[in-house]
Amino acid sequence: MEMLTLLCLFSTYLLASSINIEENAGQFFSSGHTNNWAVLVCTSRFWFNYRHVANTLSVYRSVKRLGIPDSHIVLMLADDMACNHRNPKPATVFSHKNMELNVYGDDVEVDYRGYEVTVENFLRVLTGRLPPSTPRSKRLLSDDRSNILIYLTGHGGNGFLKFQDSEEISNVELADAFEQMWQKRRYNELLFIIDTCQGASMYERFYSPNLMALASSQVGEDSLSHQPDLAIGVHLMDRYTFYLLEFLEDIHPASKTNMNDLFKVCPKSHCVSTPGHRTDLFLRDPGSVLVTDFFGSVRKVELTMETINLTGHIKQWEESTSLRTGRARGIVA
Amino acid sequence: MHCVCVLPSGSSEPRRQDRVTVDNNNMGLLSDPNRRRALLGLLTRLNAPICVVCYMAGVAWFMGLAFEPFTLRTYMSENAMGSTMVEERFPAGERALATGREFAAHKKKTGGMPVDWLVRTMQARGLEVFTQSFSRTLPFPDENKERYMVKGTNVYGILRAPRAPRTEALVLSAPCSPGDENNQAVGLLLGLAQYFRNQIFLAKDVIFLVNEHDLIGMQAWLEGYHHTNTTGMDWSPLQGRGGSIQAALSLELSSDIITSLDLVLEGLNGQLPNLDLANLFYAFCQKIGVLCTIQGKLQRNDWDSVSGYSHAVQTMMLMVMKQASGRPWGDHGLFLRYHIEAATIKGINSFRQYKTDATTIGRLLEGMYRKLNNLLERLHQSYFFYLMPSLSHFVSIGYYMPAFGLLAVILLLRALDLWVQLMTPPPRTEDGVIDIEQSSPGVLSVLTPLVISHLTGVALYMLPVRFQEMAVEHFPVSETEAVVLTAIAVYTAGLALPHNTHRLLAGEGDGAGLAGAEAGRGALPGRAVGLHRPHQLLPGLHPGSHPGARGRLRHTSRPKGFVGFHLGHPQPGLHAPLFRVFLPRATGNARQLPGWLGALPFRHLAGHPGPRAVRLSGLPTDRPVGLSLLAALLEHPLLEVDASQAGL
Repeated sequence: MEMLTLLCLFSTYLLASSINIEENAGQFFSSGHTNNWAVLVCTSRFWFNYRHVANTLSVYRSVKRLGIPDSHIVLMLADDMACNHRNPKPATVFSHKNMELNVYGDDVEVDYRGYEVTVENFLRVLTGRLPPSTPRSKRLLSDDRSNILIYLTGHGGNGFLKFQDSEEISNVELADAFEQMWQKRRYNELLFIIDTCQGASMYERFYSPNLMALASSQVGEDSLSHQPDLAIGVHLMDRYTFYLLEFLEDIHPASKTNMNDLFKVCPKSHCVSTPGHRTDLFLRDPGSVLVTDFFGSVRKVELTMETINLTGHIKQWEESTSLRTGRARGIVA
Repeated sequence: MHCVCVLPSGSSEPRRQDRVTVDNNNMGLLSDPNRRRALLGLLTRLNAPICVVCYMAGVAWFMGLAFEPFTLRTYMSENAMGSTMVEERFPAGERALATGREFAAHKKKTGGMPVDWLVRTMQARGLEVFTQSFSRTLPFPDENKERYMVKGTNVYGILRAPRAPRTEALVLSAPCSPGDENNQAVGLLLGLAQYFRNQIFLAKDVIFLVNEHDLIGMQAWLEGYHHTNTTGMDWSPLQGRGGSIQAALSLELSSDIITSLDLVLEGLNGQLPNLDLANLFYAFCQKIGVLCTIQGKLQRNDWDSVSGYSHAVQTMMLMVMKQASGRPWGDHGLFLRYHIEAATIKGINSFRQYKTDATTIGRLLEGMYRKLNNLLERLHQSYFFYLMPSLSHFVSIGYYMPAFGLLAVILLLRALDLWVQLMTPPPRTEDGVIDIEQSSPGVLSVLTPLVISHLTGVALYMLPVRFQEMAVEHFPVSETEAVVLTAIAVYTAGLALPHNTHRLLAGEGDGAGLAGAEAGRGALPGRAVGLHRPHQLLPGLHPGSHPGARGRLRHTSRPKGFVGFHLGHPQPGLHAPLFRVFLPRATGNARQLPGWLGALPFRHLAGHPGPRAVRLSGLPTDRPVGLSLLAALLEHPLLEVDASQAGL
């Protein structure tokens, strides 16, 4: 008698978990990406733009911590703050005052440094049109199943971002570069984050599918810096990235936080400017997109002793993909 | 194939009246003769009132600049300097004062600059120390010591930036003054040197300079640093150098307790440093809480009251006058010529309750130098030409230049008025004859004023210094006074010129005179000055035919073509011709003058001393009046022609 109840319980449990397994197996195919890349760019030089380098390095730190390896990160820093003559703490870049957090760390790998950070190099990295002699560390070797995170910071204006005090990239150029990437199937989904003054103007012109964009301020607003450190004598971080860093510090590889939480980072009370986002080109619902889909390189592992029939899932996924690409082609064509 | 012009029938040439009434709507203001006449009439009629209005507007504008709502608050323009967010940690104010006392003792012992002690002390603080000796011959002897030669030594130590290449430098200097002055400044300089030595954030070399004999030593050092020699001084070349200097501060502190800090900006020839340097100083004053003044005046809050406004006006006018004097008001003034932004900070001990100690001043300087260290290029973002009615407000050149522009417009209006008067054709004479025959003025009429002006210029340039010694020997004056008096004498002789010109033109026979020559005779021996009469210039011209000769018409028996210069007193028989020029006779054929010369107003007077058509303002008749030479020449009818004598 007890055996029977036990068996019933066990079978129900198995049933439930098998349903669970099925769901989890279904989730394997939900995002559609198999690898992650990150392109992190700081476009300003000079000592008083310390905070832009600190911004980029803090995103780099989070992305690395969540699993994306250096080989999949293209880090472009326009100036060297850690070894600047004016830095009273050489070989460090701090993001919090009182030197709480050194984002420079021990194993920073900068791919484009100093004067190599130009508009041309950035666009070549994105579109893949690099000379054959370029080393692998300087290339974005993404394919059509890559989720790419692109983070830009620096001084910007309505429709442009200033590179190195001497040139600019416009939002039209950026949109065209993303379109090139789409046509060459260089990304599966792309998350674009920009932390500059009037940053929302940079994603206004996007027209390729599967793009999601976040900006720290609307057109006509300035993004403000967060806090100065009196011992170093400069502002350490910008507000938006500061709160983004705090948000990301709570993310671990298995967390299920989704994009809607990311959109809530840095409300106007903290940021003074109004952060904006754009999801109309993105084909999935942002609520179902995990933060780790872009910020981490997560391998989905499920342990089971069951056999699961995946053909159904694969067919379902293929249909949804073709639907997506078909719809996308409709948009593009 | 050529075009054939088909005229409407009945009109082979445009009608006479069409020539005048042209299409007014399409013509510009000045090309339309009617409008031009109207404008010119307005100009001549209202000239004096417009000039008066412009003058008063200019003065009022300038005075209004000090009114606070019309000024702008100062703000930091340079991004690299940012705000005052540094942490100042200079601790050693008391030790700096002790060093200052030591310096004073050694200064008294050596009787001048204690070079050895300074070198030792700077070396002990880890600087690279060098000295420079210089000597200069003064043009006038030193008032106190009655000597012409000044010798001295500058001592400077370079603090090298620990990690930076040696391409840029900052300078902190303190003058070594005799007596009890500026000891604390040198002490603080050495204290800061020791403090900066321990910091690693320096991106530029810091040069600590102690200069002797104030401006002379500073000039010698700057010339040696930049390898120029503009004053002809002797100096030994600098052994150590630090790259191009981005900014400099000069310290003057003469007491242990300071109640306020004064900022001195005016440099050589009235040049000012970039406003960002003053903004930096003011920002740190506010952050640290030190009382800061400019022109020795503390800023007031009651700008809407009369006393507050007059305080601001006084501050601004003091700045204007200091700039106008041309001399540098601190050792910083000489840096400005080399495009190095520099200012002097003076510590003032007056009777106030709130006292600042040396540590606080050290912190202020530390903060300023930390911010200057962050500079990437020379200060250039803010204004170079400005006036400051107070330390927190400024007036830029764009706002104060219009006042001077209004004053300059007056000169333009007067010149236009004179031009128009010369241009206006006279009305027809009673018998309806219009004089058209003229002969052109000779070369002499232009050459003479030219020669006279050049001679005067040469005299002013050379004579005062040349006759310095002679004047000191013969007159009871000192050298400086002799120079000034000689210049005044030359000016006075120049004033006498129009008077004598007029006496010449009054036609006193052969002997035209130089009446005022006695004033300059003692100091100016042998100067040749004179003017010839117009009828001597223009052959055939009636000698009395000019306005001043009304009532004294006479003919001379001078042969045609003879032109003479005469000097001496205008008494016949007493003349002593010192200078005589014979010129070839100009061709007597009547030549057609250019049209505008035909419009001169005096033609009708040839032979007809009737009423003048144009009022000549201020023309002297008999009395010697101090007119300027140019006005005299403009208004005298040197270009007058005599129609009756034309053709000769």
